[in-house]
Amino acid sequence: MSAWTTVLLAAGAAYALKLAGYVVPAHLLEGPVVSRMVRLLPIALLAALVVVQAFVSPGGGLVVDARTAALGVAVVALLLRAPFIVVVVAAAATAAGLRAVGIG
Amino acid sequence: MSEPVVEDDPQSRRRAVVRQSLSVAVATGLYGVSFGALSVAAGLTTWQTVALSLLLFSGGSQFALVGVIAAGGSGVSAVATSTLLGVRNGLYGLQVNRLLQARGWRRVLAAHVTIDESTAVGVAQPEPALSRVGFWWTGLGVFVGWNVTTFVGALVGNALGDPRRYGLDAAAVAAFIALLWPRLGTGEARVVAVGAAAIALLLAPHTAAGVPVLAASAAAVVAGLLPRRTQGA
Repeated sequence: MSAWTTVLLAAGAAYALKLAGYVVPAHLLEGPVVSRMVRLLPIALLAALVVVQAFVSPGGGLVVDARTAALGVAVVALLLRAPFIVVVVAAAATAAGLRAVGIG
Repeated sequence: MSEPVVEDDPQSRRRAVVRQSLSVAVATGLYGVSFGALSVAAGLTTWQTVALSLLLFSGGSQFALVGVIAAGGSGVSAVATSTLLGVRNGLYGLQVNRLLQARGWRRVLAAHVTIDESTAVGVAQPEPALSRVGFWWTGLGVFVGWNVTTFVGALVGNALGDPRRYGLDAAAVAAFIALLWPRLGTGEARVVAVGAAAIALLLAPHTAAGVPVLAASAAAVVAGLLPRRTQGA
């Protein structure tokens, strides 16, 4: 699949889901089980993305490196209630700094 | 009969909602820079990056799509992960539709700007008229800010070159944990997060890139099906 196909398919699917909320009869989308799953789905996906990006090497093995240290810094920044951009910049700076001195 | 105090007059309440909407738009726009930079670091072109923010326009899904591509995942798993993350927008549309009562082209546009931020500001207002103000100002404000800063971020990302040297791969990790953090308020949410993380780490050494994240969504499905314990009906 080309990169443009990926971009356009994902955009089309995202819009279809957004529009569905406006045009699909409400009773089909409501109900306790569905609404819980929908609420928990982004949590599961984001948690998985965090650990994959922090601990999985390009070859698929598990590693502890500069990205893992950056995750630790990001968590500390979040505990200190830092805004999103500060969390991201602090993590990037941590990894860049460690690599500059030859770690990770 | 005395006049109501200033804070209660409709004009000033409307202005307060507009101010709130614009502050959300500015804050969200700031992370458009990190998205733009990460997207070109993942290998997408500047125009593909711009197209994602214009057409897909849902931050979590966009970060996930470029994250899966950066990790070497296939286009199919990138689209699937992005789409699963966008499912919640469907339920937002359901809530917003009741407040908005939009028809025709307004409904087509409303659907496009139905995201976390516009829904949150919209449903937080005490009356429908203010909900409409909050939804539209936040949705359109974030759309403008997000797209401008995405373009800036893509240019910055191209100028930086090697993404690892500047820690852009670690910036992706931080973006995902920062998107996850505010959702971890309940015990159930934390259990699902830990379960999903465990599934992804267990599968990563044995499956193609992109598969561990998709498989981890099973944690949400299982938790949704389990009977509730203490919260009651």
